[in-house]
Amino acid sequence: MTLTKAELADMLFEKVGLNKREAKDMVETFFEEIRHALEASDSVKLSGFGNFQLRDKPQRPGRNPKTGEEIPITARRVVTFHASQKLKALVEQAHGHQDSQG
Amino acid sequence: MTKSELISQLAQRQPQLAAKDAEYAVKMILDAMTQSLLEGNRIEIRGFGSFGLIYRPPRLGRNPKSGAKVQVPAKHVPHFKAGKDLRERVDETAAERLAETAARG
Repeated sequence: MTLTKAELADMLFEKVGLNKREAKDMVETFFEEIRHALEASDSVKLSGFGNFQLRDKPQRPGRNPKTGEEIPITARRVVTFHASQKLKALVEQAHGHQDSQG
Repeated sequence: MTKSELISQLAQRQPQLAAKDAEYAVKMILDAMTQSLLEGNRIEIRGFGSFGLIYRPPRLGRNPKSGAKVQVPAKHVPHFKAGKDLRERVDETAAERLAETAARG
């Protein structure tokens, strides 16, 4: 099942004891504060989870996949996420592939 | 912005909460997101982005020091794709492009 803001708010209501309004606001504000920092060119470091960083990408040639027409992809700033070592290790533990040795 | 700075921002936004509540809420949100990925489930936050796992097949790598070939096993790695609102807000040129497209269309 996909995790969404609604499930996160329910979890804060049940486990943290915030009321429904506070729980919903908390989840909304959590993501809004991260967006706000990134918008202000500040990277976001959530230890144990990962870092959100900004990358400036130069213009590069592109194509309209439908028509084959060449159109440049303009220079832009994008957000990248780098999972922490801890998160990567947990994911590997949970989804390990022992059958791929040798 | 670090996790503790995020926590103090959230605490300021909801001053009626106990000081520890924002800290606990952030911990619980990040734990729930981690748990969701560990169970192989996606996370979809409208206007922010989505998280999921990407499968990396096994490959033959090399030890950069010795040059010896080593089998790199298959693995899953966490992946994030920024949502529309976040993409547009971090890229000031996006607004101009949208205006251009609108003018052309």
